Amino acid sequence: MREVAIIAFGQTPNRRREVHHNDAEMVAPVVADVLKEVGLSRRDVDFTCSGSSDFLAGYSFSWTMAIDALGAWPPIQESHVEGEAAWALYETWVKMLGHEEIDVALVYGFGRQSMTSPRDVMVLMNDPYLETPLWPDAISQAALQARALLDAGLCTEHDFAEIAVRNLRHAESNPLAQLSGRFNPDELLKTPTIASPLRKHDCPPITDGACAILLAAGDRARKLCKRPAWIRSLAHRIDVQALGRRDLTRSRSARLAAEAVGAIGRHFDIAELHAPFTPQDWILQREFELSKDTVLNPSGGIHQGNPMMGTGLVRFGEVAARIIRSEADRGLAHATQGPCLQQNMVGVLEGE
Amino acid sequence: MADSQKPVTTIKSPVAIHYNYSIGAGQSTFMRAIHEGRILGSRCPDTGKVYVPPRLTSVETASPMTELVELPDRGVVYTYCIVNIKFYDQVLEIPYAYAYIVLDGADSAIMHLIQECPIKEIRPGMRVQAVWKDRAQWTESLENIRYFKPTGEPDLPIEKIMSEIRKKSYA
Amino acid sequence: MKLNDKNESLRGEHVLQFPYRRATGPILGRFFTEIRDNGRFLGIKTAAGKVLCPPVEVDPDTLEDLSVNNFVEVGPAGCVTSWTWLSEPRPGNPLQWPFAWALIKLDGADSALLHAVDAGSESAMRTGMRVAPRFRDERNGGIRDIACFVPED
Repeated sequence: MREVAIIAFGQTPNRRREVHHNDAEMVAPVVADVLKEVGLSRRDVDFTCSGSSDFLAGYSFSWTMAIDALGAWPPIQESHVEGEAAWALYETWVKMLGHEEIDVALVYGFGRQSMTSPRDVMVLMNDPYLETPLWPDAISQAALQARALLDAGLCTEHDFAEIAVRNLRHAESNPLAQLSGRFNPDELLKTPTIASPLRKHDCPPITDGACAILLAAGDRARKLCKRPAWIRSLAHRIDVQALGRRDLTRSRSARLAAEAVGAIGRHFDIAELHAPFTPQDWILQREFELSKDTVLNPSGGIHQGNPMMGTGLVRFGEVAARIIRSEADRGLAHATQGPCLQQNMVGVLEGE
Repeated sequence: MADSQKPVTTIKSPVAIHYNYSIGAGQSTFMRAIHEGRILGSRCPDTGKVYVPPRLTSVETASPMTELVELPDRGVVYTYCIVNIKFYDQVLEIPYAYAYIVLDGADSAIMHLIQECPIKEIRPGMRVQAVWKDRAQWTESLENIRYFKPTGEPDLPIEKIMSEIRKKSYA
Repeated sequence: MKLNDKNESLRGEHVLQFPYRRATGPILGRFFTEIRDNGRFLGIKTAAGKVLCPPVEVDPDTLEDLSVNNFVEVGPAGCVTSWTWLSEPRPGNPLQWPFAWALIKLDGADSALLHAVDAGSESAMRTGMRVAPRFRDERNGGIRDIACFVPED
């Protein structure tokens, strides 16, 4: 089987609102950066795939605008996923495994959610007959999952706050982080709830941003990058959508995806978990059975920034970057979409 | 109340999403200029092609594209479409025509209405001129131009013009 | 003249609207009809004997099509299996004053329905509490025919 590796990763600084650029203008410098990092030009890219959402952008086929950033002449081989760009990574990886002519690929994700109200727009992912007409916002839905954990005696609100504190502390070493700092969980618990028991620190920030990853196969990867981050395995699984039909204290699909990539019981130096809400970070830790010495979210996780539709891809990029820099040897990367950890992708990345 | 006798077979589920939409640097430059009655494009440093509205990076080469070019408000019809079907919210009388117009000096087309011209006479190669709203009504919008109308000048060889533009594309 | 990105971008208000009218199919159609006309809830029984409310069209275990013949009555009251207190309602919510979202397992059902509970205050909410539906006077066929649920005395 062909070996595929991540050889470069770039992202925009995570900011609350992009005030100067549209999507194409936001994506262009990130794509230029990753190409420059390995000394390639756009002509060297055999396949491109992106992830974004028309509902965040406000119009159909919005992703075609971003292609202006690529210099798509002569015409390029390109695809798009309407959703989280980590799934664009999955599509690209699958294509590279099967197509010898794709040696180098570009994957990027972007979104400017600050232009709308993301916690309400995300409700369009719910059942259009039974749930969306009530407009149960995304924070309320995540809160139902948090409550289930409290009711089962599995977690306390203090546990949730500690997850935020850990992410924010790690984000201090990330120059691109939107939020960071040293916080006291007890102080955080004094802040008001938004949808009980969730407080601001439990929720993802609103972030505008773009990110990009370059992939290369086999010896091409070794030529372009001193220490490629090899994708040893990648899998995704999906739960039933309806919250009322799931055990919300668990994410069975996250567990199944982790089993499919052989992650359970293996040691990871680092793990980047795409947990938009702190209780979900707790659930993922439990599903993945990560060992105590695995460093969780060294980038700062969701608190470093939530460039929605790119956030999951950033998790893969952050693990890969640390492997490339020899700061880690094996990492687990995770991405999610859908309400309350409905759909999950897990990957094992490793350096030689 | 008569409807409550019939079984439910459909539900209404309207959706309205609000955006505070940000158009970006290239489009903002275009809109600010058209507010003053000026039409701007930007020139690709690799091919020399002029794109309207301006873009920060070249569409074909991804190079930064910072040279701004001012264009006249006249050009030539590249292609057009006649609309015969009324759609929701329409204000124009049917039939009406939209055209892709290549302004003099541009290498891309803008889309706008053609009026003051019998539908049957609209053709590729037809020379057109912008008709503006009163200056007092100008905003940051392409709607400052109400429509384009024929100038009456002889047609231009549009196939040749497009062929010349295509040749400029980066090989 | 140079094109630069130093100025703040122009912004404009924009609303993306769709009027959507969705076909329900026979299962959801019957489910909504019973709520509208009779204030009754129907759950659908799977081959494994589980009763799902809201109903589904396909048996989740066997993948066989389910039909209206698989309906059984459930509720109308039920138990809260999870909840959250929303102190600031959002546009389009069933209630425009502070309320709870809840997953509600109607009596006889094995799955839960998502709706609002008009509990008055957060302290009135707890998992396991019993709630009953309050229906709207004017019903059009849909999940909003249920105005909300209220604590059962």
